[in-house]
Amino acid sequence: MDIVTAIVGRLLKAVITLLMIVILNFFLIHAAPGDPAAVMAGEAGAADAKYIAQLREQFGLDQPLMVQFWNYVSGVLQLDLGYSYRQQMPVLDLILERLPATLILTLTAFGMSLLLGIVFGLAAAARQGKWSDTVITSLSLLFYATPLFWVALMAVVLFSVKLGWFPAFGYETVGADYVGFQMVLDRLKHLVLPAFTLGLFFMAVYLRMTRSSVLEVSQMDFVKTARAKGLQENVIRRRHILRNALLPVVTLAGLQAGQLVGGAVLTETVFAWPGIGRLMFESLTARDYNTLLGVFLISAAMVILFNVVTDLVYRLIDPRIGAGGAA
Amino acid sequence: MGCPRTVCEVKETGRNNSVATKTGKNQMMKRLVTSLMAMTLAGAVHAENRLDIVVQPEPPSLMLGLVSNGPTQLVAGDIYESLLRYDTDLNPMPSLASEWEISDDALTYTFKLREDVTWHDGEPFTAEDVVFSVDKFLRETHARLRVSLEHVESVTAPDAHTVVFKLKQPFGPFIGVFEAGTMPMIPKHIYEGTDYKTNPANNTPIGTGPFKFEAWEKGSYIHLVKNEDYYLDGKPAIDDVYYRVIPDAASRAVAFENGDVDVLPGGSVENWDVKRLIEMDGVCSTGHGWEYFAPHAMAWMNNREGPTSSKAFRKAVMYATDREFVKDVIWNGYGKVATSPVSSKTNFYSDDTVMYDYDPDKARELLAESGYDGETVRILPLPYGETWQRWAEAMKQNLEEVGVNVQVVATDVAGWNQKQAEWDFDIAFTYLYQYGDPALGVARSYLASNIAKGSPWNNVAGYENPKVDDLFAKAAVAATPEERQALYTEIQQILVDDVPVAWQLEIEFPTIYRCNVKDLVTTAIGVNDGMRDAYLED
Repeated sequence: MDIVTAIVGRLLKAVITLLMIVILNFFLIHAAPGDPAAVMAGEAGAADAKYIAQLREQFGLDQPLMVQFWNYVSGVLQLDLGYSYRQQMPVLDLILERLPATLILTLTAFGMSLLLGIVFGLAAAARQGKWSDTVITSLSLLFYATPLFWVALMAVVLFSVKLGWFPAFGYETVGADYVGFQMVLDRLKHLVLPAFTLGLFFMAVYLRMTRSSVLEVSQMDFVKTARAKGLQENVIRRRHILRNALLPVVTLAGLQAGQLVGGAVLTETVFAWPGIGRLMFESLTARDYNTLLGVFLISAAMVILFNVVTDLVYRLIDPRIGAGGAA
Repeated sequence: MGCPRTVCEVKETGRNNSVATKTGKNQMMKRLVTSLMAMTLAGAVHAENRLDIVVQPEPPSLMLGLVSNGPTQLVAGDIYESLLRYDTDLNPMPSLASEWEISDDALTYTFKLREDVTWHDGEPFTAEDVVFSVDKFLRETHARLRVSLEHVESVTAPDAHTVVFKLKQPFGPFIGVFEAGTMPMIPKHIYEGTDYKTNPANNTPIGTGPFKFEAWEKGSYIHLVKNEDYYLDGKPAIDDVYYRVIPDAASRAVAFENGDVDVLPGGSVENWDVKRLIEMDGVCSTGHGWEYFAPHAMAWMNNREGPTSSKAFRKAVMYATDREFVKDVIWNGYGKVATSPVSSKTNFYSDDTVMYDYDPDKARELLAESGYDGETVRILPLPYGETWQRWAEAMKQNLEEVGVNVQVVATDVAGWNQKQAEWDFDIAFTYLYQYGDPALGVARSYLASNIAKGSPWNNVAGYENPKVDDLFAKAAVAATPEERQALYTEIQQILVDDVPVAWQLEIEFPTIYRCNVKDLVTTAIGVNDGMRDAYLED
């Protein structure tokens, strides 16, 4: 199968999957207890039934569920994700406003965790059984097992409150109006703690996966054959072991990369990072249906997109997949 | 701005690290790290005459005429104004109106407006704006005000700086509705003839207040700047106000500790952090600034069915719960045990009622009298953070000590709303604002006419007493304060004896701030309109 056909086929499947997700999410969210009009009316103080009814009518919540569903789906098909009744702006604008912050955070965390995970995983595998291997694997187990919010709070206490090295929260120094290089530096320093916190867990996962995969592949017959042929050790490592050992890591990275868009709720909340994870949480609390559905849709789209990308990366790492149509 | 001390510290750090910096690359890295840290350390230092205040959650909009939730009132209270302000004893003070007069028959309210007020876009503020705001805009959009406006027959502007409200009948609490969050003034020249909800000006609100809207970085901060044309000489004294959005309570506490924010409005941090923060050097706190709202914490008891339908059982709940403990431990001593449906901060409170002191033995007697047979009583905590969860657990423990089986039902805000609206609870925690007068903030919870499934903001307990209904109706329109006091005293005596609701605490959410911020809380709505008078002492 040539690569273009493969991509087109995957994208078609992706569109159908997305549509299924929209339908499922819509009915699941509406099945949850709670009424957005009552939440908003409550916040307005002293709301009577008349006011709640007025809000329901205003947002179309008084219509039958199937009518609401049809309105929503026909909107989505025209790339209109609806209007956020809580934030009083179009959902797409709301998401696009928050997306850059989330992408900066999650991609940094993702890149950092992947790079460090693979590097330390390789290092640990190369030193199997030695004390350095024990230290690396023990630490990774610790990072893997520690709850994210606790790591976040401890990072704030240590690096912000005690040492004063990094800001405790936020995306930029408010009111400083930095430009150019200073602005980049300012954003970077705000990025350190949240990215580190978010990346730590994933780093541990990649590290352990890389280590065990490398050790497993090292024992395989084709590696022994390569050695018997007299190939240089670094060639064997790079071309035979690493390439094969990275396949499961890439699979995992692909799956997790997709989740990064919607998966930073805790980190974004603790570090007051103005991203989509927080938007999702706030919308959930207020039962802001359209915003929630919009965030879910974008997150799902990202998961699907990254799955397609993972398939393509597979082909680059392992040429047999493309040639044999094993995908 | 700038801070030599922190820069020195950074240089020092750089020197200490120099052992590791041998190569050119390392030198570059060192410079990069040094710059990063210099900015980090400098970041927490604010410009002069700037205040950073926490706002939580992020307001959905700053258009106070359309959205009147707490966070919107906090921020937009600096942008919009009303005719009056109220001191901490709820006495009216001038604001956009310099004088006012109430006729002897209590049917005509005449306000003289200041003549030197302009909107933030330079247009003059006139009586026409008042008429438009009240009679057109707010009558359509403001859920709370329009209940009071039902008593208003007409609003007219005999001249550019006089406004006359004519009432259909005397309505005692009327003088208390001219507060910015209740009756914000809306610019007629911008909103007349438009769709209020989609008017682009909603994103760049224009008021007459001491601060102008400057920028809103969603999810991060709202920036207001001093209104240079404000009508009071020398005010405001602050140049910039940044409302900072920090969603996590622990992070808000850290932000204050670090110096990133200067003011934590009431309820910004969990109660167990309050004590630690107010013991820091240079930190002050006050429980004032909530008098207008007088948040009254209470637990609805389902009067319709289950154990709580028995008056003896409800009285047992009152005697079994140690509310002094809750005040001292869970609320760090802030607030006051509530003895009546009316807060002692609200007008017409009476202490001439039955008192329910903590008395487990009496509770056991009453339980036996009620015929309670061990059914599970479901308590619905208020899902507003850990403090409320602990409060529900304290009540559970108290009730279990006297032999009641209790289940605490966990839910989120939307679920909590729905369970109350559908009457699906035995005991449900809430707190309600009283707005200075029982007719505005108390009657709604006890009137039989206010029982309606589907709304969590009415007589949720399902209490019905025709005599109480009649007394509330008379008290709202009684002509003199003395008559009203007598009627409200009688109401309180009946209600406290019937215990339709377990009143808990008159809450005081402490405002925590740096002591160099002066005159922050001077009115009954506290920080909501505090920036007008606040200033920073050197």
